Amino acid sequence: MTRPRRSDATAVRLVAAREVTTRLRSKAWRIVTLVLVAMVVGFALVMQAVAGHQQPERVGVLPEARALAPAITATARATGQDLVSVAVPDAATARRQVADGRLDAAVTGTTGDQVRVVVRKRLDAGLEGVLRQAVGQMILDSRIRQLGGDPGQVSRAVASASVRTRALEPPQTFDPQRLAVGSVAGILIYLALIGTGQGVATGVVEEKSSRVVELLLATIRPWQLMAGKVLGIGLAGLLQVVLVGVAGATVGLLSGALDLSLSVTAAVVAWLVVWFVLGFTIYALVFAGLGALVSRQEEVAGATAPATVFLVVGYVVGISVLPSAPDNSLVAVLSLIPAFSPTLMPMRLAMGAVPAWQVLVALVLAVASIPLLVLLTGRLYRNGVVRTGARVSLRVALRRG
Amino acid sequence: MRGEQCLEVDGISKRFGEVVALDRLSFSIDGGEVFGFVGSNGAGKTTAMRIALGVLDADGGEVRWGGRPVTFETRRRIGYMPEERGLYPRMKVGEQLAYLARLHGLDRATAWQRTRAWTERLGVASRIDDEVEQLSLGNQQRVQLASALVHNPEVLVLDEPFSGLDPVAVEVMSSVLAERARDGVPVLFSSHQLDLVERVCDRVGVIQAGRMVACGTVEELRGGGPEQVVVEVSAATVDWARALPGCRLVSTQGARVLLELDDGADAQQVLRCAQAAGPVLEFARYRPPLTELYRHVVQEEGR
Repeated sequence: MTRPRRSDATAVRLVAAREVTTRLRSKAWRIVTLVLVAMVVGFALVMQAVAGHQQPERVGVLPEARALAPAITATARATGQDLVSVAVPDAATARRQVADGRLDAAVTGTTGDQVRVVVRKRLDAGLEGVLRQAVGQMILDSRIRQLGGDPGQVSRAVASASVRTRALEPPQTFDPQRLAVGSVAGILIYLALIGTGQGVATGVVEEKSSRVVELLLATIRPWQLMAGKVLGIGLAGLLQVVLVGVAGATVGLLSGALDLSLSVTAAVVAWLVVWFVLGFTIYALVFAGLGALVSRQEEVAGATAPATVFLVVGYVVGISVLPSAPDNSLVAVLSLIPAFSPTLMPMRLAMGAVPAWQVLVALVLAVASIPLLVLLTGRLYRNGVVRTGARVSLRVALRRG
Repeated sequence: MRGEQCLEVDGISKRFGEVVALDRLSFSIDGGEVFGFVGSNGAGKTTAMRIALGVLDADGGEVRWGGRPVTFETRRRIGYMPEERGLYPRMKVGEQLAYLARLHGLDRATAWQRTRAWTERLGVASRIDDEVEQLSLGNQQRVQLASALVHNPEVLVLDEPFSGLDPVAVEVMSSVLAERARDGVPVLFSSHQLDLVERVCDRVGVIQAGRMVACGTVEELRGGGPEQVVVEVSAATVDWARALPGCRLVSTQGARVLLELDDGADAQQVLRCAQAAGPVLEFARYRPPLTELYRHVVQEEGR
């Protein structure tokens, strides 16, 4: 009996297809995807709720203090406080409205250089500053008038005073929204990489511990099995990242939590996908090679620890440094190195202001590292995968075989 | 004269560090022949099979099929049952078999058709949509055999296919092996169940410390030993058998005695002596079972 030659590509495709269907059907994959989607959507909604809560401070002004009202609003405007003044007819009304929260504070009167305020518990520090300055201004105005001057003229002269600065190293400005988005992107890519990487290692060990690998290797070559596995798990992971990224971006934009342009949002998601693909390829190869050294699921974590450490360090450095110092130069250097770029670069890109040359260097280095890793981890895998039983030492596994 | 389907193992050697696992092991199995591979644990049976399948590389020697070295391409036409049973525990029986068939180069439709046919034949058709780990060990074993057969292999290499099977499954398994052999497939299997090997195999190879110490039909393995007869006489004692000329009393079991004849001694003379002692209930040439031959071969080698 003759049968058609099965090409190498077919073998890889068959293995990959099995991995994809197994994952998409598994409860674990579905649950993780749902949890991640819920996380980003929840984050977007919380951000929106926090933003929506910032209503202007309402300050009631009694007739006795009416003279102060223009000064209060003017000072608030000048210092960037969001504040409205409301006329209140009498002290009883003022007390009631402060008590039930309709007013944040009520100015009940002034005596000399003192202003009397009713609040529920304590006076907001910003508001106190505004009131103090308003009273000061009022006193100043009356003294200027007593001396025969024009308070308006003085105010204008004061207002025109300014400082002109010329920075030698102009600091980059970062949109706080993009910093938040960058952090979320970092968390997302870290979870996706660690999840899929562990998935690869666990899958390799599953085949070893169930001994099915011997049956498979009687039919296909080790590299075909490894490539199919990495490809399949990668595709399932990619689908997860795209689903979560698109869901987060859509909800963020539609709910108004994200005040970013569509093109910026699309770029963040696109970079996330690009770096997931690169990061996954780099880490999945290493996880597959290291996973092949052990035969039991309990040993997977120990065997893959060297790879996990790099992933965790990149993520922790990024998430703890970047939101407060997005232009940190140490992080910039780390984000060019293939072991760290998959976690750090998408965060920096989401936060904005990454020089094009740095993006290019990181991409080139990441892509260039892949053939090297294929060679190295392919050998680990080939030598490790048929040796069941005790853990295979790196020295033995790296031997030319 | 070897046929086109002949599987030849020619002088393969393998060392694991200081341990010599195989030492220039050679044997061949013709198409249509069932070959039983016996030997104690660690003798090298599994290593030889893994080398034939390319799961391990030999240090020296060659495995040929149809006169040409077995390549990666031809290995896909071998049906293999590893000693360590291997299936994805969480994958459904049907999907698993179809997947393995497709890895061997079958298209989707043929793969499913064969999957259904073999699960039917091996009595696990009703479990086709169950995950492997939900099956009993015996049924997992049947699925394992199906995985070795599903791609219609032209050579069968089965490591301990009978271990863990119930008597019904043993019957199914041996009839499948015989049937595949009738189609001209060389069948190699290893087993510790020597009575089964004797019944199922055309030829037997005894492996000891990585070397083939005896190889041939069971009849050939018997050849060369002294002639023995079993006699049962209805008499009070077996004293009649103690001092017969030209033969030696080997063992007694009740009134039955096993006698070993010297070269050139006449069995008919023994029969006459027996009849003189009393009515003869049984008189037969003794054909030692494989178990006994095996013990003999291994002891000889051990000396």
